[in-house]
Amino acid sequence: MKYYDKLIFELSKEGRCGFSLPQAQFPGGTDAIDAGLRRQNPALLPQVSEVDVVRHYTNLSQMNFGVDTGFYPLGSCTMKYNPKINEEIAAMPAFAALHPLQPECTLEGVKEIYDAMEKSLAAITGMKHFTFKPCAGAHGELTGLMIMREYHLRRGDTARVKVIVPDSAHGTNPASAAVCGLQIVVVKSKADGLVDVEDLKPLLGPDVAGIMMTNPNTLGLFERDIKEIAALVHEAGGLLYYDGANMNPLLGVARPGDMGFDIMHLNLHKTFSTPHGGGGPGSGPVGVCDKLGGIVKSLQTSAFNGNFGVILRAYAYILMLGRQNLKMAGKLATLNANYIKESLKDAYKLPIESVCKHEFVFDGLINDGGSEEKHGATTLDVAKRLLDYGYHAPTIYFPLLFHQAMMIEPTETESKETLDAFIEVMHKIAAEAAEDPAILQSAPHNAPITRPDETAAARKPILKFQDEALQS
Amino acid sequence: MPGFCYFPHTEEDIREMLRKIGVSSLDDLNSDIPADFVYKGEYDLPDALSEQQVREFFEGLAAKNTTLKVFAGAGAYDHYTPSVIPYITSRSEFLTAYTPYQCEISQGTLRYIFEFQSLICALTGLDVANASMYDGPTAAAEAMRMCVASARKKNTVLLSAGLLPNVRKVVETYAKYSGINLEYIELKDGRTSLDSLKALLEGGDVAGAIVPGINRLGIIEDLSGFADALHAAGALFAEYCDPSALAVLKTPAEWGADIAVGDAQTLGIPLCYGGPYVGFMACTQAHMRKLPGRIVGEARDSEGRRCFVLTLQAREQHIRREKATSNICSNQSLMALWVTVYLSLMGPEGMKQVNDLSYAGAHYLYDRLLETGKFRKVSDAPFLKEFALEPLVDAKALQNVLCEAGFFGALLTEEGYVTFCVTEKRTKEEIDAMIDVIKEVQA
Repeated sequence: MKYYDKLIFELSKEGRCGFSLPQAQFPGGTDAIDAGLRRQNPALLPQVSEVDVVRHYTNLSQMNFGVDTGFYPLGSCTMKYNPKINEEIAAMPAFAALHPLQPECTLEGVKEIYDAMEKSLAAITGMKHFTFKPCAGAHGELTGLMIMREYHLRRGDTARVKVIVPDSAHGTNPASAAVCGLQIVVVKSKADGLVDVEDLKPLLGPDVAGIMMTNPNTLGLFERDIKEIAALVHEAGGLLYYDGANMNPLLGVARPGDMGFDIMHLNLHKTFSTPHGGGGPGSGPVGVCDKLGGIVKSLQTSAFNGNFGVILRAYAYILMLGRQNLKMAGKLATLNANYIKESLKDAYKLPIESVCKHEFVFDGLINDGGSEEKHGATTLDVAKRLLDYGYHAPTIYFPLLFHQAMMIEPTETESKETLDAFIEVMHKIAAEAAEDPAILQSAPHNAPITRPDETAAARKPILKFQDEALQS
Repeated sequence: MPGFCYFPHTEEDIREMLRKIGVSSLDDLNSDIPADFVYKGEYDLPDALSEQQVREFFEGLAAKNTTLKVFAGAGAYDHYTPSVIPYITSRSEFLTAYTPYQCEISQGTLRYIFEFQSLICALTGLDVANASMYDGPTAAAEAMRMCVASARKKNTVLLSAGLLPNVRKVVETYAKYSGINLEYIELKDGRTSLDSLKALLEGGDVAGAIVPGINRLGIIEDLSGFADALHAAGALFAEYCDPSALAVLKTPAEWGADIAVGDAQTLGIPLCYGGPYVGFMACTQAHMRKLPGRIVGEARDSEGRRCFVLTLQAREQHIRREKATSNICSNQSLMALWVTVYLSLMGPEGMKQVNDLSYAGAHYLYDRLLETGKFRKVSDAPFLKEFALEPLVDAKALQNVLCEAGFFGALLTEEGYVTFCVTEKRTKEEIDAMIDVIKEVQA
């Protein structure tokens, strides 16, 4: 990767153009609109040729790291390989040209795709009905919580204004609950990382709409008491919400519907291999048990029918894997995670000794190289040093249960050789830290940039391009 | 276990890895799952297909839909996509990256988001834009929440009855569960009524209003006086706009808006049955810290080089949890790249031409439709690419006849009008052919 410092605006030259449009076929244009309704000055858009655009964005892409670049063990993000056939399917012109409001009789193929996806996801999760409108995981959570609230409202039960969220939950859980008008009650985890059933019991009551759980949780541990938790919550009149961000290890292994969950979302951009696109577009379909089927279909939470292009990719993935390979995906993801965990626990603190699912959490280095004279290397320093060796960093400082959390998720699409090379580098970094933590503290050394001053950036924010030369 | 192209494990690999872990089988790794919940069935799914079979299967599904010549809008517009865009957005360094958490190896993503923010600011005239929202309607819902969050103790947001039906529906859904009260500003002569707005402001509980720049009848709104009325009542003014049209129309900043939201699908994103599209949100400096979602800012690295980082993160869910400005996490980043490349190619002149071509085509169609004698004018107010007429024939039958002839147009509105839309992609031949079909429709 090499540093490239241009912004598209800085390539602009008056009179240059990068577009090709048809000749006018009719007289007139927008100048005929009353001047009081038109903008006074043209927008300050760049004026560049097509080749300028192609080179600029190619150069930008070369400062980026993706799954196709290398190993991307970002915990809770399930950075599995994104198959290329999926891209080909999503780009088929016959799909790209369909207007979302076209008459139903012209959309027979689209209907088949949605129906087949609903049936497939129902088979995999044990849920009965799905909506595909949510555009991302957090959007799915919000939609799912709306379903939870609507269920209670339709029963005339307006007192249920609280939702229980474990302290290990993804940040989106409490944020989604707040957007949905619910108050958040935190249930604690025990020393073994699992939800404390004794702490949960007194929290339940007639004011609780339900509980949000991630299973396996964000420590990568299966919530073994889920049967008892489900019974307690149901008995108290609440519903169980399943955060599907961690569904990957359960492919072929277990189904949230069987565990007593009433509502769940899936991240098609995690479990079903659609690319993350640098932060979307994703897709967060929400599944519900039978009794919530009427509600799930009635909620309009996005423009049309969700991110159809993403749903197409996920369907192609399901068809490629088929019954027999989907069954293996979860087990191999779990195998890979446990292999890394067991191979590195001699150098990194493993706070909870247990078999993990698709991911696990270390709590920093065992020997950070610190002494009375110098600071030891932190999780941030390890993460930055990994970039030097050509790896993406794990998720860091999450979950909040551990101060030096380092959450590693390899996914099933990585080979033993890839994992072995990563393990070797992680050992090497641990050795470097023990000898001289400064090597880590000044990393990265080989990335396009060194560490930025984020505090200064937030204190005096520059959030758009401002160039006097363009301000004609 | 037979090999599969996305799983690199050989039998030997699995054996060695299990040995290292200290268990004897893959199932042992799931021994922590209570036996009741271990799935012993077979998924009701087909057997694996080969790649060729998958391609042929989808070709078959694609052929089961009918591609129509699109003369409709209503929130999804058939503008041309330059071939450079999918070429750039399919580069795997962009496509297969996650949210740019590790900024040192994500400068590509961070730079184009910064460019996207800058372009949205250029089009809207406002000071700050975020990294994108899911789509226009959800961006409008976030604008509603932002109005209430800024106002303190006021809990009513006004929506123009001229907003698209799907925008209203999504905002209503969010409002219901957020406990926000919504009221509607009426249309008068096809435009959002300032008098109706003023009457509603008398109620005193208004935190803000969302009004379209171009409404669902295609009419270009005259928003003179809206900002003054709202600001005098201590309420925020949010405009729902088509960013493509903002290349020629008066900007939200010029109307005095505090917030601009909308769907940037009009900037060259294919129809694709409604998604993925990309919402946008911009605001004045004063409201910067209430913006939802990711924001990218300029920074300096330790060697003084210009670089870009996610900034103002104290607003966000991963830091603030339930106190965040929104729950949004992943958004539509790659689609933000899509429109960034589009606007780079088009520039000011291309954007002017797209609007001129659409305007001229729409006005040609409008005149021809009136000449058929099968429609009546509903307004004399100016329009750009989309317009409404009152049909003197059965609207549903009209749409069906068009559909059978390969056209999609004449979308029914709640008043019983029909709308049409023309973009730069529609030719005179296509318009004339559609007129010929309409001439034959019986009253």
